[in-house]
Amino acid sequence: MEHNTRLYQQLYLIRKFETLLMDKFATGVFSGTTHTSLGQEANAVGVLSHLLENDVVVSNHRCHGHFLAYGGDPQALFAELMGKPSGVCGGVGGSQHLHWRNFYSSGIQGGTIAMAAGMALAEKRAKSGAIVVDFMGDGTLGEGIVYECLNMIALWHLPILIVLENNHIAQTTPDSLAVAGSIRQRFEAFGIPAAELDSSDILEILPLAGDLVEQVRSQSAPQALIITTARLGSHSKGDDTRSSEELDALWQTRDPLTNHGARLADAVRSQVEGSVVAAIHSAFEAALAADGGAR
Amino acid sequence: MSDIAPRTLLDSLNRGLHQALQDDPRVILLGEDLLDPYGGAFKVSRGLSSAFPDQVLPTPISEAGMTGIAGGMALRGLYPVVEIMFGDFTTLIADQLINHIAKFNGMYSGQVQAPVVIRTPMGGRRGYGPTHSQTLEKHFLGVPGLTVLAPFNLQGDHPLGAPGQLLYDAIVSLDTPALFVENKTQYLLKLLTLNKLSEYALSSTSSTSGIYAPIYTLTIKSAPPAEVTLAAYGYMAHLALEALHKLAYEHEIFCELVIPTRLAPFELEPLFASVSGTGQLLAVEEGTLSLGWGAEVLARTVEALGPRLKNAGRLAAQEGVVPASTDLEAACLPGTADIIKRVREMVSHDG
Repeated sequence: MEHNTRLYQQLYLIRKFETLLMDKFATGVFSGTTHTSLGQEANAVGVLSHLLENDVVVSNHRCHGHFLAYGGDPQALFAELMGKPSGVCGGVGGSQHLHWRNFYSSGIQGGTIAMAAGMALAEKRAKSGAIVVDFMGDGTLGEGIVYECLNMIALWHLPILIVLENNHIAQTTPDSLAVAGSIRQRFEAFGIPAAELDSSDILEILPLAGDLVEQVRSQSAPQALIITTARLGSHSKGDDTRSSEELDALWQTRDPLTNHGARLADAVRSQVEGSVVAAIHSAFEAALAADGGAR
Repeated sequence: MSDIAPRTLLDSLNRGLHQALQDDPRVILLGEDLLDPYGGAFKVSRGLSSAFPDQVLPTPISEAGMTGIAGGMALRGLYPVVEIMFGDFTTLIADQLINHIAKFNGMYSGQVQAPVVIRTPMGGRRGYGPTHSQTLEKHFLGVPGLTVLAPFNLQGDHPLGAPGQLLYDAIVSLDTPALFVENKTQYLLKLLTLNKLSEYALSSTSSTSGIYAPIYTLTIKSAPPAEVTLAAYGYMAHLALEALHKLAYEHEIFCELVIPTRLAPFELEPLFASVSGTGQLLAVEEGTLSLGWGAEVLARTVEALGPRLKNAGRLAAQEGVVPASTDLEAACLPGTADIIKRVREMVSHDG
């Protein structure tokens, strides 16, 4: 498959997973809560495309896109959200607490960077050559443990790429009420080089992330990537306080699917979309049927 | 490391750490001011950074960060041991222990283990004042997935001494995370040898946890049947043993002392066996009374024995700050005299 087509397929897989999830939530097949990756798909694909088999990923509450871009099975993720034994973590973890191969996510803001730092320390000591990618959001910058860990990550030259997805909103609180000063300088104050990119375009995120992954690996030292992005969905299921005008504008200008989809010939695009929709629906139905059918 | 037996509890713990670092290069120590010649604020880590420079990692003053990092290390195959300089600072690591390290195994449905050991000294009687003298482990008892251990100053039949063996096993053999609760006043206690304990009948029950975490039962040898069972751990067990001795020789009141070294998960069968005989239980702890260790011990004993438990009490610290002043601090924390007084009251009201 052609490069752009494959990238679109990956982005669209995350998009369709999340939209089917939201559509089906009302039917009662899923329980609990969820935080979708709508609008942030290109960050997941753009960064995780560069990882090698031994590399480790630490993610947060908004982890579905990261999990799917890592190669996680949509059926197992659907089953996890249905609370089933065939889920990624047997239905115990739910939406926010996933572990499969070298992928880990957790729902406590701030604690994940400590996990990631410890993992990077272990990989460095083992001389495995593996790096750790840690995803966090702008909201997490309010937690004190982040700065304890940035300090130790820098002191100990830990091989981590910190990917800060700045969607300018923490649940309902805009960053203007939560983040003082410069995010880049927060990293630089510890001597961690930080690259900034304001884009939802996979073709801009992909090469920059590739350079940074390579630097973390070759130098066995940390880097930060701050991606200004857009959360196109609610924080969780229906708790968006932003105006419809604001959201419409974001959908028109910041949707990575619209953006990248335009690069594909219509026939190719419909073919990709058709096969992804079929695959996602079949994963959903298989998850629903597994472990004795509906809950 | 010396071939002669360790003399103090501190010496024994230091030996346990030496042995663990020596036996497994995946054991890594993290903490503040660990490097020689200082060797940690209470010297439990003395000599380790010289002997194992690659396995001792001095940290900034970042308790939450270092503990969280230890969690990540454990998920990727290391055996981290974290020294928290004062037990009071465990409030700073509560999120890391409760929401992260103790949860990893359960929330990832058994796919991972997080064998982190957190060592820390609790306790007062040193005049360090309200924020450096507390006994806070009750807040960590009953956290699912977290083992809480407390050594007793016994030589035992292990070359490391019982406290060092307990710590060694927690680091090397226990696959769950553990909070290892030491006590500042306990550090310089001499280890009780069997020779020293010759006037006592000592029995030791193995823990079901599979690690060396015995539950000790002590009485005066050849004494009349005990009237009261004392339950205590750590430094309070040392004071309870003093009280037991004085009660026998000065008041002719005979007690049996039960000392768990694994506080959580609770494992109290030897205590139930003792109380089945005495019918009376006094739980003694250095933390504050409300919702403490003693409350849980009494509740479980009631559940296990029902009406066979005829009389029960708890002795604990006053429910306030631990004062810096020597006299005020002594009045705040339970001591040997308090134990003797409570036991005499219990016995005089009996029947």
